[in-house]
Amino acid sequence: MRKLATLIGVILLYAACKSEDKQATLPIYGNRDTKTITKDGKKVVDTIYQTIPAFKFVNQYGDSITQNSLKGDIYVADFFFTTCPSICPIMHRNMLKVYNEFKNVSDFKIISHSIDPKHDSVPVLKKYADGLGITGNSWWLLQGKKDDTYNLSTSYLVRRPEESAKELFIHDGYFVLIDKQKHIRGSYDGTDEKDVARMIGDIKILRAETNTQIAQ
Amino acid sequence: MKFKIIAGLVLVLSVIIASCGSQEDMEFKRYYLGGEQLYKQRCQNCHGTKGEGLSNLIPPLTDSTFLKTNKKQLACIVNNGLKGALLVVHGKSFVGDMPANDMSPVDIARVLTYVTNSFGNKMGTVTSEDVARDLKDCK
Repeated sequence: MRKLATLIGVILLYAACKSEDKQATLPIYGNRDTKTITKDGKKVVDTIYQTIPAFKFVNQYGDSITQNSLKGDIYVADFFFTTCPSICPIMHRNMLKVYNEFKNVSDFKIISHSIDPKHDSVPVLKKYADGLGITGNSWWLLQGKKDDTYNLSTSYLVRRPEESAKELFIHDGYFVLIDKQKHIRGSYDGTDEKDVARMIGDIKILRAETNTQIAQ
Repeated sequence: MKFKIIAGLVLVLSVIIASCGSQEDMEFKRYYLGGEQLYKQRCQNCHGTKGEGLSNLIPPLTDSTFLKTNKKQLACIVNNGLKGALLVVHGKSFVGDMPANDMSPVDIARVLTYVTNSFGNKMGTVTSEDVARDLKDCK
């Protein structure tokens, strides 16, 4: 009898895991707040999710890029610098896979913020993009005021970059996935091939998600 | 009885001969395995786990012809890095910088033994004497 109960327990656990797999929505990360709104004459409490604030940068073509340039797009953001000898080559070796997977998808973009705008001028970013072999407008390398970039990084829930004694920069290697409502939907270790593969899967899930509000 | 002694002698002799023959192999393995560790720590981020490099930004380490042609320069490149150098690897041009590495000749020899005998390359052992000699001729 006890054995049977254990067996049932195991089956139930397995079933629970299975149904978890099928749940094809990604969580929304970040701080949340509530707001009381009037809906159909009734007062209801609505959840306000953290969003990525407005920004203004320049891409590798010298075009001005703001949050409006990403309107209607799902995108992945990361922070790097072109002379980075440590994790950036690994990150962008992995990001190239993401680029190649989605480069012909109209509502997907990659934005890489340079944390060393002094060195990474527009021509330097263009040269880097050419070297990387990326063309078109599906992967933008952005630069702007250093403080703007550093402040924005905290909205992506990544570590604020720092300049170390060796005039290098300390920063996170995370890829952050943002949905069309500018909510954070995933954070992946850009230096880990497997985690990046998981992100590619999650981007597909997110693209399949309808634009309607997610009940949560 | 005699047979046993002869067989024993043959066995002992063959072991000795085999170990003599593998003296070079042993040296190679020591350099190679040490180099593998150093490669992971100091080279792999940029040049990749398979020496594949990164697009047109970071040259791959898979061009055996390049490695053979520039054999005497390899120690200098690892030690001093490169600045704005033009390298043609696998027919593609690479212009850029490579950071210098503060490494002892023996460690450079280990890394070079690993690189020149991995990723489809097969150039044999690079000894610390080779490296010390080549470093004197750096441009």
